[in-house]
Amino acid sequence: MAEITVTVNGKSYTRDVEPRLLLVHFIRDVLGLTGTNIGCETSVCGACTILMDGQAVKSCTQLAVQADGSSVTTIEGLASNGDLHPVQEGFWEKHGLQCGYCTPGMIMASVDLLQSNANPTEDEIRHGLEGNLCRCTGYHNIVKAVQYAAEKMQGGN
Amino acid sequence: MAKAIGQALKRKEDPRLITGRAKYLDDIQLPGMVYAAVLRSPYAHAKINSIDASEAESLPGVVGVFTGKDFADLNPLPCAWQAGGVNNNANTPRTLEIDKVTFTGAGVAVVVAESRYIAEDALALIHVDYEVLPVVVDAKKATEPGAPQLHENAPNNICMEWSCGDEAATDKALAEADVVIKQSLRNQRLIPTPMEPRGAIGIYSPVAEDYTVYMTSQAPHVMRLLMTAFVFGMPENKLRCISPQVGGGFGTKIFLYPEYCMVAAVSKKLGGLPVKWMETRRENYIATTHGRDHVTEFEVAAKNDGTITGLKVDTYANLGGVLSTIAPGIPTTLYGRLLSGVYKFPNIYCHVYGTYTNTGMVDAYRGAGRPEASFLVERAIDLVAQKLNMDPSEVRRVNFIPPDAFPYAPASNILNGLKYDSGEYEGALNKALELVDYKNLRQEQAAAREAGRLMGIGFSSYVEICGVAPSAWIGLPGEGWGAGLWESANVRVHLTGKVVVTTGSQSHGQGLETTMAQVAADMLGVEVDDVRVEHSDTLGTPFGYGTYGSRSAAVGTVAIHNSVQKIIEKAKKIGAHMLEAAPEDVTFEDGKVFVKGSPDKAKTIQEVALAAAVAYDLPPGTEPFLDDTTYYDPPNCTYPFGTHICVVEIDKDTGHVAIKRYLAVDDVGKKINPLIVDGQLHGGIVQGAGQALWETAVYDDNGQLISGSLTDYALPKAHWLPMIETDSTETPSPVNPLGIKGAGEAGTIASAQAVVNAVVDALAPYGITHLDMPLTSQKVWEAIHSSGNGR
Repeated sequence: MAEITVTVNGKSYTRDVEPRLLLVHFIRDVLGLTGTNIGCETSVCGACTILMDGQAVKSCTQLAVQADGSSVTTIEGLASNGDLHPVQEGFWEKHGLQCGYCTPGMIMASVDLLQSNANPTEDEIRHGLEGNLCRCTGYHNIVKAVQYAAEKMQGGN
Repeated sequence: MAKAIGQALKRKEDPRLITGRAKYLDDIQLPGMVYAAVLRSPYAHAKINSIDASEAESLPGVVGVFTGKDFADLNPLPCAWQAGGVNNNANTPRTLEIDKVTFTGAGVAVVVAESRYIAEDALALIHVDYEVLPVVVDAKKATEPGAPQLHENAPNNICMEWSCGDEAATDKALAEADVVIKQSLRNQRLIPTPMEPRGAIGIYSPVAEDYTVYMTSQAPHVMRLLMTAFVFGMPENKLRCISPQVGGGFGTKIFLYPEYCMVAAVSKKLGGLPVKWMETRRENYIATTHGRDHVTEFEVAAKNDGTITGLKVDTYANLGGVLSTIAPGIPTTLYGRLLSGVYKFPNIYCHVYGTYTNTGMVDAYRGAGRPEASFLVERAIDLVAQKLNMDPSEVRRVNFIPPDAFPYAPASNILNGLKYDSGEYEGALNKALELVDYKNLRQEQAAAREAGRLMGIGFSSYVEICGVAPSAWIGLPGEGWGAGLWESANVRVHLTGKVVVTTGSQSHGQGLETTMAQVAADMLGVEVDDVRVEHSDTLGTPFGYGTYGSRSAAVGTVAIHNSVQKIIEKAKKIGAHMLEAAPEDVTFEDGKVFVKGSPDKAKTIQEVALAAAVAYDLPPGTEPFLDDTTYYDPPNCTYPFGTHICVVEIDKDTGHVAIKRYLAVDDVGKKINPLIVDGQLHGGIVQGAGQALWETAVYDDNGQLISGSLTDYALPKAHWLPMIETDSTETPSPVNPLGIKGAGEAGTIASAQAVVNAVVDALAPYGITHLDMPLTSQKVWEAIHSSGNGR
């Protein structure tokens, strides 16, 4: 077992974990934050995307021990004081989700995308989200959701 | 308040989904829970000689290991929809297989351990002695002499032979036609891939001697019925089934699977410990159902003016190694009966062999039989157009069923007594042509060809059978479905005026908690937020058949409508009493009961609900409470339709196909929530486009699934697609009082052929008339270069 300390959604957790424990299982099973979903084991689907030290990572292909000393944000930590993050709001406003299973990962990836490109084109949004799969929406309304968020974060709307 | 029906409201279910607060199956943790992992056959066809689990059992943390013999007292799973009117040589999976396996991925043992990690470790310590047998994976080759035989009761691997239509009349039409085109095609196998894999949690109560099973199911009531009455042989009321938040299904979660039975049976063996099993994606690909997989030859006959005079179809449908719950019904009723499409074909005949092969189970996948039919019909139309050098839109136009022909019974009785409800097919085509600016588009295409670029325009005019289905039609005496197919609803207006609706439908992404609330709110004149829709737990909801076949708006919601209507009648009676008026003198509008002509003196539905609930002063003989339950059996299916147009451009040097535009004009009848309808269409269209261009499940000759993970199976990605242009016409369905036709599968039923027809159109200068899906860059490049006209 290895002792790790990880800050998740602003709260510090110190836990003993098996070295082989995946970060996504640490988040879900050890900390009980089940908003982050698992859709594959090949790092393709992106359902498990979280922010680690501000950057989007797929938590199914990180070991928990690799997160030692890191600061992690999951979908549960995105809204502040009950106010939805503009990306969350965009997904709701633009019907950017149906079954919702890819949504936490899709939202976290979108947050990362807008951090590095505040005003992306449609093409940039589509490429920015190519690591996240959705089977319900055909991506149409996801693109619109991210466009909504981009506008809102720049003070529009 | 504003009318709620027809409003593009944001969904009520979204707040929990966008904040990570929804509880999917894998999010449920129960005290004492143990975790199951299934050992699956690595061979596609093998006898199981023996299984040695002793090493696995001794691994610390392992709670138990079980094999098929431990569940020999459980019956094989049922096949609940066998092809109607013919013999079905049914073979179905067991909870765990005992003697033999017929596909890679069949479960042969289960480990239960204190953690999922330990359970997975222990799988490697189970030693199975297999006797490997020869393998066949192709639906047609399986029927040929010398093919390996999978089941003793199915000679030549034929599960069933089924036909519909009029063979003699169709042969005559083929003999007398100006032109006959013969074409073979493959509708390739697909892996449905809901983003949430399957899972189940079984809990046995040794005290009550009953079970609770959480499951990722589109139809929890049906699962309860099938598990108890068919597999366990126990009273139905000894099992409670719960579907928690379900992350997509696309058909795969309709069915009863071995693991759902397994978690319940294992929990009993472990004295009631909650047992969780959660599928990995790899398991999802090998052990959850696939879709499509047809090998087909067809002949289409036409006059020189484009009028089609006959269609004859011969299909081998791959059903996999064993039958999933409704497998034989898909390539029969849901396929053959739709082969008239939107056209007045005068003669139709369809013959189907459903065959066993050493591949995973094949069952309903979004559209289920209807995309295969629609694809074939629309390819046939384009082949005729190409042969006669006619515009494809014109061939469609001359063959459309005209608006005054409804209700329309497709020829050769292929719809077995049902009639298309309503349609304005040319209207949808005309609108699509106008929106896409067809004339200019063809000019653009000609210019592109001049410049040496490959551009193509593809059509799909489609109809689908939605809102399945009248029980008397689809049931055992007719189409072989082993039950009814009505839907239930219960509506209650509580003392506080808040409304609770329960439905036998199951929402797993469709937004039913919103749309169903819109209908109840609209009719009762209350706020949508005041209506709560409850579903997916057999405790507390009346039996219902669940969500599939685009039936939850056209059947499930109509049940709610009918209950609300009965509640309004009761409210009028109580309201009249409160107003000291005669019941026949009052009316109900905008949530209020009042004497006709005197809306100022009214009793609100909330006031009436309170009076009904406290029951201090009710009209004589009136039962307390506003509460009604409906079991709605639709008198007919519903038939949405439309025309889709796809524009592609092909890179000559690489064969890469890019979708430049995709325009859909759909007629789903009345819409409850246009935002949700559009969302359903977007997703459906992309699933069909995925089949057209990228997706394919590939088994090698040993029965190994080569495309067995998301790294190998080309699920559509965001940057492969354009924005989708949607528009609509509105032809209400006369089948139900809401005028709804349904929208869940329309996109998928329409889109694959629009894309393929566009690609074939682009490649027409090379003399190419057909290519089998998926139209990958390699396939297109090879087609260009083997055409004799390629560079």
